[in-house]
Amino acid sequence: MKPAAFEYHMPRTVEEAVAILARVAPLDGRVLAGGQTLVPAMALRLARPSHLVDINRVAGFDRLDVRDGMLEIGPCVRHAALDRSAAPGPLGRLLGLVQPHIAHHPIRTRGTFCGSLANADAASEWCLTAVALDARIEARSGRGTRSIPADAFLLGYMTTSLEPDELLVRARLPLLPDDARVGFYEYARRAGDFAQVMALVTYAVRGGVVAAPRIALGGLESRPRRMAGAEAAIVGRVPDALAFRSAADAAADALGPTEDPDYARTLATTAVLRALAAAA
Amino acid sequence: MHDIAFTLNGRPWSLRVEPRRTLVDAIRDDCGATGTHIGCEHGVCGACTILLDGEPVRSCLMFAVQADGRALRTVEGLEKDGALHPLQRAFIDHHALQCGFCTPGFLMLAVGVLERTPNISDEALTDVLSSNLCRCTGYQNIVRAVRAAAEEMAP
Amino acid sequence: MSKAVADAPPRLAPGKGRVLGQPVARLEDGPLVRGRGLFAADVNFPRQLAMRVVRSQIAHGRLVSLDTAEARALPGVVAVWTAAEVSDIPPIPFRATKVRGLEPYCQPILARERVRYVGEPIAVVFAEDAYIAEDAADLVVAEIDELPVVLDAAAEPAEFLPGNSTEPTIVRKEYGDVDAAFRAAHAVIELDLSVGRHSGVPMETRGAIARYVAAHDVLELHGTAKKQHWNRDEIARLLGRPPTGVHLFEGHVGGGFGVRGELYPEDLLVCLAAMRLDRPVKWIEDRREHLVATNHSRQQRHLIRGAVDADGRLLAIDDVFFHDQGAYVRTHGARVADLAAGMLPGPYRLPAYRVAGHFRLTNKTPAATYRAPGRFETTFVRERLMDAIAVRLDLDPIELRRRNLVTEAEMPHVRPVDTLGVDVVLDSGDYIGLMDQALAQFGWDAVQRDLTARRAAGDCVGAGLAFFVEKSGLGPSDGVRISIDATGGVELVSGAASVGQGMETALAQICAEALGVDYRRIRVVRGRTDRIEFGNGAHASRVTVMSGSATYHAALAVRGMALDTAAQLLQARPEDLAIEDGQVVRAAAPGVPLIALAEVARQMGPNSPLMRGRTPGLTAERWFYSEHMTYPYGVHLALVRIDRATGEVRVEKYLVANDVGRAVNPMMVEGQMVGGFAQGLGGALFEEFRYDERGQPLSTTFADYLIPTLSEMPAVDVLIAEDAPSPLNPLGVKGAGEGGTNAVGAAIAAAVDDALRRPGAIVSLPILPRTVRRHTEEPT
Repeated sequence: MKPAAFEYHMPRTVEEAVAILARVAPLDGRVLAGGQTLVPAMALRLARPSHLVDINRVAGFDRLDVRDGMLEIGPCVRHAALDRSAAPGPLGRLLGLVQPHIAHHPIRTRGTFCGSLANADAASEWCLTAVALDARIEARSGRGTRSIPADAFLLGYMTTSLEPDELLVRARLPLLPDDARVGFYEYARRAGDFAQVMALVTYAVRGGVVAAPRIALGGLESRPRRMAGAEAAIVGRVPDALAFRSAADAAADALGPTEDPDYARTLATTAVLRALAAAA
Repeated sequence: MHDIAFTLNGRPWSLRVEPRRTLVDAIRDDCGATGTHIGCEHGVCGACTILLDGEPVRSCLMFAVQADGRALRTVEGLEKDGALHPLQRAFIDHHALQCGFCTPGFLMLAVGVLERTPNISDEALTDVLSSNLCRCTGYQNIVRAVRAAAEEMAP
Repeated sequence: MSKAVADAPPRLAPGKGRVLGQPVARLEDGPLVRGRGLFAADVNFPRQLAMRVVRSQIAHGRLVSLDTAEARALPGVVAVWTAAEVSDIPPIPFRATKVRGLEPYCQPILARERVRYVGEPIAVVFAEDAYIAEDAADLVVAEIDELPVVLDAAAEPAEFLPGNSTEPTIVRKEYGDVDAAFRAAHAVIELDLSVGRHSGVPMETRGAIARYVAAHDVLELHGTAKKQHWNRDEIARLLGRPPTGVHLFEGHVGGGFGVRGELYPEDLLVCLAAMRLDRPVKWIEDRREHLVATNHSRQQRHLIRGAVDADGRLLAIDDVFFHDQGAYVRTHGARVADLAAGMLPGPYRLPAYRVAGHFRLTNKTPAATYRAPGRFETTFVRERLMDAIAVRLDLDPIELRRRNLVTEAEMPHVRPVDTLGVDVVLDSGDYIGLMDQALAQFGWDAVQRDLTARRAAGDCVGAGLAFFVEKSGLGPSDGVRISIDATGGVELVSGAASVGQGMETALAQICAEALGVDYRRIRVVRGRTDRIEFGNGAHASRVTVMSGSATYHAALAVRGMALDTAAQLLQARPEDLAIEDGQVVRAAAPGVPLIALAEVARQMGPNSPLMRGRTPGLTAERWFYSEHMTYPYGVHLALVRIDRATGEVRVEKYLVANDVGRAVNPMMVEGQMVGGFAQGLGGALFEEFRYDERGQPLSTTFADYLIPTLSEMPAVDVLIAEDAPSPLNPLGVKGAGEGGTNAVGAAIAAAVDDALRRPGAIVSLPILPRTVRRHTEEPT
């Protein structure tokens, strides 16, 4: 399980990184950040990039800060940094709930938030978080920088709308309002395994009823997504067991085809119910 | 080929490596420090866990070129002046190893975490020690050993 | 003193000794915690080549052609071999079967006309390093015409070769009048039960490093395990060399569990290459290879029928099972099927028994032994049957077992059936007594009350138990040589091997106890064919019984020699002397050293006047022989909680109770129990080698083959009983290696049934969440 040969590049600036990527992208060049997804794929020779652009030493890529109501996450911010202290208010609480479910400690010290998005694994907690909160993803190339909504970025199983020569230079997560409640539930076979199912919810209770709900589901389909029907089922209702149940059923109703529909339905319902209950 | 330099357990090394050479292969075969083991080469088992600038990482998931300028620590660096590290001692006292293949990875994982969080909670310790696989012990004695060493290491 | 008594072999006095029976720290640990071990991959020789195996990607097919030109042309590649280059090497033979007619099913070291499983070696590359070797292996192009696959051992047999079906044999055993018992039965219970394919999967993959030392005309193989002497003899035979010109070396072994140390194609290939290419050759299996190349195990389907009387007493068992052997018959022959057939009756009084084990080949990785082979499977089957009988007769499952367990008064209990070619004679045991101790320690009654309360509160929880009988101490022989050098250091050379289980410490403890020295001064040499002529290795929980007994005899012999010599020097009578902490003392005044063993050893040197005309040296070799195995036994109790919505099963509490006759080192015995449990837990809930309909393996990484982590482990309590020392060896020991694993699947299945309140719900292992979910109600 030794990787196939490649050429290695270690840019120090974002301009340099983008320039190298532009040159090597047509030759199946890939970006190396935390490497916790790409390097195993290379060891199994499922991935055989001819060039690797290692962005770990690009100045400023490890920046993590809050600006204009958004948490800005540089491409080399490790999972471990995204704990409760990473953002104020409910968003920090939410990150603190989600992050411990990502693989294991030594993976979290290396793997990156942006890398998770770029790899677009269906069972990635950060991809779920990104779609749930409408993250914006900034991609930079020689043609300039564009900002892509998470839902348009994550196209399917391990597929994104990133062009081969585009470097993911930042992800931005909106802060949540102070009255936002947050909940996350994940079921995996073993500690640290990819999720069989996971759900992330946030909503506020204003005037005794649910406002601004976001309900996202991951692990069952080829990509995580917000469940509009579930959100519609709960908005404006008193946040009680009955309302939660309607939301969970609506989420399950909206599932696309899966290998074992009965079990998938159960998992979807359960995850949404439990995430809602955790947020209550 | 790339020229790199790092320290391994405090000792400087200069190597010329192919980019694809994994860090664990460089440590074992180029530096001759075979205490770090290879169990899966895809980042799941944790046998190759080392400390990179003090943080536990899987050395099978890094390329040696990436370690340029970094400080690496492996199991061989734990013993100081002929005295075993408290974790090594505790692993013996609590029978936390049988075949010993996973042991260096567990030791480095625990050292890295306890040096930063000596008063780690039981729940957090379970989460951390679930990172690595052991096929012999059933983990129970590993937890006991790490807990005992943590008390000794706490300031 | 009568002659008979004088000649009886000495037996170690019962009870704890100064070091024997004590939880002393292991001798093995020092180098291992320092990273100074010597595992296979740590062995390197100058000028070594890396070997890489090209494996079939097709489960069954005709091998039309192999194009190696591009691989050979790659810089750094020294050679590429296909079957044509090794056609003079016979296939891998058997060492452990009495069944005839298996020869056509042996595995060639490289596939010839057919490939029979994904992962089968079809070519090998030798290159300057492992990276280049893997590059070159990727360039070998195989043209294979796919053939239909056989994936279900219970389906009708197909053709393996013209004239040979995929069912080479049926293992049959029978005693008593089974048909009459069924006719007379009050009730007949029938079950269809399956155990999934999983295996040992040690943390260290296999490795083999060979070099030919022309100066001495010796071929060396390093990275070996388990069965060095047998493997040495076979490698020598297959390569046409005398056994004295081949030596096997054992460093550290990163877990054995049955799968390491068997003779595999790669072992022969590195040896052959070292000879032919005249350079050392190193092969280290990678993990993906391991999961398709190293022995699988366990997969069986049983159609079992039990006949009982109105009180629930067993009258007969009639079992038909299908053993999924995988693509070839490897070194074990039909051993696992034989063990399953022989050990199925377990601890129960069974008047009549009939079993037919259909030993069948499929297009999957070949299978062989894994910790508690044939017992993990049949304990699941037998205990499921017992639970089903209890339900049918409306009896408490514990009461049902109480009625059927062989009693202490019936020991030794002869069962008219054999396994591994030796008659099954349950040597000793108080089965009911241990069950009662275990129930008490687990707090069974309190657990039942607690379960009632928790169920009322809505929890899905349950408890279950399973009884098991193990086997250990497989003979026929093992020898140990103990020598004391002129510094007082003790060397113990054994024909056994270490798989990381702590055998060095155990043998040193036995030696120290008998000899009167500090166990830490004993150097244990094992797994080396150049240091002792014969050996039977480490498997079948045999080391402590066989090598331990040989150690005891050898240590007593050395002690006797030392005392005789000391008596001469001290002008005393040997019977008045003793050895304490390496010093000869007067038995009456043990605190006063008279002469050190080091000095005694010096006086016994070849140039000593004392030795004139005698064989010099303070050294003795002794052999221990055994016709019968010894049978440890125990009971497992499990408490589980089920998540009704996801179907997840969590084991909350577990007890392994195991009578091992005598625990040489209770700390290590407990370690065996807990570690053994963890492997059983894997087989019960997580681990499975899955295949798709074309025979493509789906469990080829550690992300797919799920070994339990700490988070999945419950608190495991261990009850080590020493109530029934074995009468078959001087120490009273029984093997402790496999009891922790044996009954895990059975006990957890019983607990899951209980939690679901659906008796008999669990009919297969591993118990998967989606299966459990089908038995639960709507999520709450």
